[in-house]
Amino acid sequence: MTIWLMIILMSLVTVIPRILPAFIVDKLKFPTWVGQWLELIPYAALGALIFPGILNVIADQPHIGIIGGLAAILLSLFRFHIVLVVIGAIGVVYFLL
Amino acid sequence: MRSVDQFIKGLKVGIPIMLGYFPIAITFGVLASQAGLSLLELTGMSVMVYGGAAQIMATNMILLNAGVLEIVIATFVLNFRHFVMSFSFAHRLTKTNLKWRTLLTLFITDETFSVTTVEKEQANEENGHWFYFAIVLSAYISWVVGSFIGGFVGDIIPSAISQSFGIALYAMFIALLVPSVKANFRYGLIAVLAMILNYGFNQFIQEGWSIVLSTLVASGLGFLLFRRSES
Repeated sequence: MTIWLMIILMSLVTVIPRILPAFIVDKLKFPTWVGQWLELIPYAALGALIFPGILNVIADQPHIGIIGGLAAILLSLFRFHIVLVVIGAIGVVYFLL
Repeated sequence: MRSVDQFIKGLKVGIPIMLGYFPIAITFGVLASQAGLSLLELTGMSVMVYGGAAQIMATNMILLNAGVLEIVIATFVLNFRHFVMSFSFAHRLTKTNLKWRTLLTLFITDETFSVTTVEKEQANEENGHWFYFAIVLSAYISWVVGSFIGGFVGDIIPSAISQSFGIALYAMFIALLVPSVKANFRYGLIAVLAMILNYGFNQFIQEGWSIVLSTLVASGLGFLLFRRSES
């Protein structure tokens, strides 16, 4: 029973912040600069999501995550499709293990 | 464009997220069943919480005998970044009504947010919400089904394979970031700034807050910097 209580509470604290912006974004009138700032958020978020988290892909072996990430950068630079970038990076990490 | 065409187009764009989620979901299923959660409980968690990092963290905390309140607070902190992302997403959906906007933001995760950002021009298209709905729905189904399968047959998967799947989400973030950086190096500067800040904040505060804070500070600094250089 405690597990279900935990799951329901976890759900509430996750879902409420997720849907709240849909309701308040209309109510507030934003100056243009807020819009320009929000435009930049995805790039900052991607950076923060990648590093330093990528160091922990394999516990205690940060170099494996880094090499996998470099492989992904290289494949993306050569315009490979995102699916191939993901599969390529998985292959590199598997090879290093 | 007709709703059904938008939906099919969205499904195609959703494929990489499905492929990225599936192995991570299986990993979660394996970990959760090892932590003592039943198949119904772990699948229910994926259905109701739908946040990979938080769910994996919760199973770790269960193994460490953490209390419910601790796990719930940690989940809130870790998932609060979706508030910022959802805000940015909702701001783009000016032509979509409240009902659809609520439904779409309900499914905002790191990956769906990133992909919908890359595909931002759909927000202004007719029936564009069906395009986004297909993306978020395919990702969600992949997550739930993957968790179930992981809880069911996960023990058979060799650990070298399931471990190497850990790079999948990062590879996806990189694949989303690199083309934008090639188009405009400023985006790369903002991303690197966020990385450095996140590394620094990580030493002092919890990972979730660290991601929120470094995202806000790096984008804010980037905004101030580039606005000055443009004027």
